[in-house]
Amino acid sequence: MIYMDHAATTPVDERVVKAMLPYLSEKYGNPSSLYGLAQEARKAMEDARAKIAGLINAKPEEIIFTSGGTESDNLALKGVALASKKKHIITSSIEHHAVLKTCEWLEKHGFKVTYLPVDRYGLVKVEDVEKAITKDTALISIMHANNEIGTIEPVEEVGKIAEEHEIYFHTDAVQSVGKIPVDVEKMNINLLSISSHKIYGPKGVGALYIRRGTRIEALQHGGGHERKLRSGTENVSGIVGFGKAAEIARQEMLSETERLSKLRDRLIEGALKIENSWLNGHPTKRLPNNAHLCFKFIEGESLILELDFNGIAAGTGSACSSRSLEPSHVLTAIGLRPEETHGSLRFTLGRSNTDKDVEQVLSVLPGIVERFRAISPFKKDFREYESALLKEHHSSGVD
Amino acid sequence: MYSDKLIEHFRNPKNMGRMENPDGVGKAGNPVCGDVMYLYIKVKDNKIDDIKFETFGCAAAIGTSSMITEMARGKTLEEAMKISKQDVEGELGGLPPIKRHCSNLAADTLRKAIEDYLSKKKK
Repeated sequence: MIYMDHAATTPVDERVVKAMLPYLSEKYGNPSSLYGLAQEARKAMEDARAKIAGLINAKPEEIIFTSGGTESDNLALKGVALASKKKHIITSSIEHHAVLKTCEWLEKHGFKVTYLPVDRYGLVKVEDVEKAITKDTALISIMHANNEIGTIEPVEEVGKIAEEHEIYFHTDAVQSVGKIPVDVEKMNINLLSISSHKIYGPKGVGALYIRRGTRIEALQHGGGHERKLRSGTENVSGIVGFGKAAEIARQEMLSETERLSKLRDRLIEGALKIENSWLNGHPTKRLPNNAHLCFKFIEGESLILELDFNGIAAGTGSACSSRSLEPSHVLTAIGLRPEETHGSLRFTLGRSNTDKDVEQVLSVLPGIVERFRAISPFKKDFREYESALLKEHHSSGVD
Repeated sequence: MYSDKLIEHFRNPKNMGRMENPDGVGKAGNPVCGDVMYLYIKVKDNKIDDIKFETFGCAAAIGTSSMITEMARGKTLEEAMKISKQDVEGELGGLPPIKRHCSNLAADTLRKAIEDYLSKKKK
């Protein structure tokens, strides 16, 4: 099988599995206990913390382990909101649901949220961020790179503005960490969400970077783990795997980015030869592994299924969205018409993908698109055919 | 997620394509929702003599479209009018709950095609 859905999840790297295994068997100690077995687990956990900190230029004590990206986003937004006297949050309209739904929850609990629009490439305008700031703004949360269309947001500029106005800045970097450089110092970031399973680590573990001195409330109370910010016995094996995955990502990022960018560009170039297709997201400010395409007059789920029968795994956008029938909020925000959003297809490349994989996709994709277009009632325009049909009816009525 | 029978109809749809000079045309759905079906019929001796479909939509939409063309062919108009969403779903061995409404347009579309034929005949 050709796996091209790395934005949904990645396979666990064999080196990561190997690093984790002892902590699933003989090294089972609880890091909070005092004896040697427990301290061995604690040390492994702290090593992992340092590796993850190293990947984003943070200090180890600024890393809080969580269950994943969603929890990190929840902790960042709710935790900062609850610790602040201010009641306003600025975010974008294309955030992951982990941020958007958390914002909606905060709105129900007395907070005001500004959802900034994006341009046709999915970029937030830095001046819009500045204009939205009020005396009551507690937090700005803008994602580093979009999970659907791969657009990389101007977080460094947003960070600068946030710092000038002394407002906390959170970024959901789940899709960018390990793929493009992330530097919390350079980018003036106060809080940053990371997920392990997007960087070839295990599922069920993530982290929130919290800059030292940031005022934040815990959401989960108990034994006071993770600097009292996230109680509960730590997922030691998961954390060890996450740390190993971060270490590998740091070592291999530069060469891998270069390799994947070339494959991505070849894939985009080949796919766009299909009529009535286009690329979503920014042509250059995009993740090195993301090719998000639209094919007019056909529907994405059909494409995904047929690609699957051809041994290719791809996505339509947010993996969570396959559970709902709503058009993608990201594609709507960049200005696509609802009927156009349905024909989207997301390829996200990763370590296992080769030139051969890309050529294989390009050899079957045109035929699949053509097949569904032959089934579709729409050939040239979503409305043209409809009006032609109505006219036909009208004239037959006159007879 | 989908039954084997639905997948078979999705991958090898029966009676797919536009029909020249149909006796009746039915249309249901909305491109905004992501599912649109057109159904064309030819009627002979009060029976559905030929039937074809065109569908924009997911596997469930394509599968149910193909399925109903097989179910309706050769039936009298009265029998065909009685084919329900549940009948189509049953024939396919079930649909995922989320797909039961929006994507199962076939029975409605068939009824519209028959109504279209009957209204033209009156004139």
